Amino acid sequence: MVVLRVIERDAPGAKPPAVALDAVSIAYGGGAQPVYEAVAPTTLRVAESEFVAIVGPTGCGKSTLLNAAAGLLKPASGAVSIFGEPLSGLNGKAGYLFQQDALMPWKTALENVAIALEVGGMASAEARKQAKAWLARVGLSAFADRYPHQLSGGQRKRVGLAQVLIRDPKILLMDEPFGPLDAQTRQIMGTLLLDLWATDRKAVLFVTHDLEEAIALADRVVIMSCGPKARIIGDHAIDLPRPRDVAEVRLDPRFHTLHRAIWSELRDEVTKAYGAAT
Amino acid sequence: MIGISRTKLFALQALVAAVALLIWHVGSTVPIGGTYLLPKFFFSTPGDVIARIWKLFAGGQIWKHLSITLTETVLAFLIGSVGGVLFGFWFARKPIVAAVFDPYVKMANALPRVVLAPIFMLWLGLGIWSKVALGVTLVFFIVFFNVYQGVKEVSSVVLANARLMGMNERQLFRHVYWPSALSWMFSSLHTSVGFALVGAVVGEYLGSAAGLGYLIHEAEGVFDVTGVFAGMVILAAFVLFIDWLVTLIENRLLVWRPQPASHA
Ligand SMILES: Nc1ncnc2c1ncn2[C@@H]1O[C@H](COP(=O)(O)OP(=O)(O)OP(=O)(O)O)[C@@H](O)[C@H]1O
Ligand SMILES: [Mg+2]
Repeated sequence: MVVLRVIERDAPGAKPPAVALDAVSIAYGGGAQPVYEAVAPTTLRVAESEFVAIVGPTGCGKSTLLNAAAGLLKPASGAVSIFGEPLSGLNGKAGYLFQQDALMPWKTALENVAIALEVGGMASAEARKQAKAWLARVGLSAFADRYPHQLSGGQRKRVGLAQVLIRDPKILLMDEPFGPLDAQTRQIMGTLLLDLWATDRKAVLFVTHDLEEAIALADRVVIMSCGPKARIIGDHAIDLPRPRDVAEVRLDPRFHTLHRAIWSELRDEVTKAYGAAT
Repeated sequence: MIGISRTKLFALQALVAAVALLIWHVGSTVPIGGTYLLPKFFFSTPGDVIARIWKLFAGGQIWKHLSITLTETVLAFLIGSVGGVLFGFWFARKPIVAAVFDPYVKMANALPRVVLAPIFMLWLGLGIWSKVALGVTLVFFIVFFNVYQGVKEVSSVVLANARLMGMNERQLFRHVYWPSALSWMFSSLHTSVGFALVGAVVGEYLGSAAGLGYLIHEAEGVFDVTGVFAGMVILAAFVLFIDWLVTLIENRLLVWRPQPASHA
């Protein structure tokens, strides 16, 4: 029934969105633990080849929303559909770059990237060849034989990025992928991501706490309110021209106008979240 | 790591042994005020013990005892490990089974294994199998608990990542659960191999016709302190040798792990 409503609302013949969260609410706990309503009914759509960034105060439920889109969490209410199909179980069309370390510690960087292809049945030699190329693309050729514990946080993130992208998923879910990187590397990685994205325009749902990064990368910036019962309180189209240079776009006057408008909304939430936590 | 070179460390370790031997030697062979500090009858002398060890090896009969103890240890370790791995995986993947058997596992593990030795001898005779069984009861639980923990403690994020990658149950087992369980199992390898040996030697001690435990027990029966000490020295050297082997295997299999800050 929910699915029908979604289809009705879309214009006939229009492509269904890559990710559609329709009135999705998510609660943690239950049973012996108190129920925590992390996300109140929220609707968010990511069109095919659209780059959407989510910003919001820490602990508001950004990762939670991504987990719902990946099929790792079942929403308490509402529906998740992927390319118009209701999602049941895991989202096989999505590549998910987790906020936490998700590499297998017992595999080298190269093995961690190659395994993503091997599980699909690719021969090991070919998978390794492609994995090497991907490690080169994220600037880690020299670290192919290191184990995760021998890599820095930023290097691990980049191996994770290669591991996700090598599968060429239709949808990219990225949870603060450049979190542990320095400002310079962030920009390099941002540019790299935009270049990769420009070639085949995947649908991207990108979580960050860096508003400037969100504006520089995305087509749309979505703001979440602080939890519990977090909602989406702002949705801004970013009309900066593409292709963009992540460093230079920040000098654009339009960038500043957008930044000011979004920040004025976000600031209140960040202050509230901080006040609630202390 | 501890601030001195390997050679220096080795020299200091040798010094400890030399001093201990010297005290023992002086105490048991040099009379002080007409009496021996360490009477020969109770403490033997280093020279006698060394001579006895030499004789045991020269005569060649020691190899039979050593090989029997080694066989028992290896068998106990292998059987206990395989059983521990199988049950560890089964329990970890089937929480209902784990919940049902929980009190029984705890009961069985709390039981002092020595009391089982006579029963095993009754069931399996005085040959090697009663000793192997004793070792198995010791090894099994260590491996079982570690494998169980290893499967349970797989990071949920690593698991979710592997699942989203498209791994099926078989691939999850091979690439995620198994390496994790193995690393836990290997973290206790020294302990479990040690217990396999303890099972073998205690079993031999309590009743058998061969093995290091038998050798020591036999010497004790006739108050042959030299024989007891000789057996103990050989046993200790044997333990060191096995421990060295285990370290070798461990370093080869667990290259991916961060080096622990200290290592026993
Ligand atoms: N497994 C869980 N059980 C109970 N509460 C949880 C659980 N996971 C998350 N939460 C709570 O849900 C809320 C949202 O968490 P989430 O991880 O989605 O935040 P976030 O927006 O990603 O934060 P950050 O920017 O710090 O990563 C938090 O208040 C958190 O405490
Ligand atoms: Mg998060």
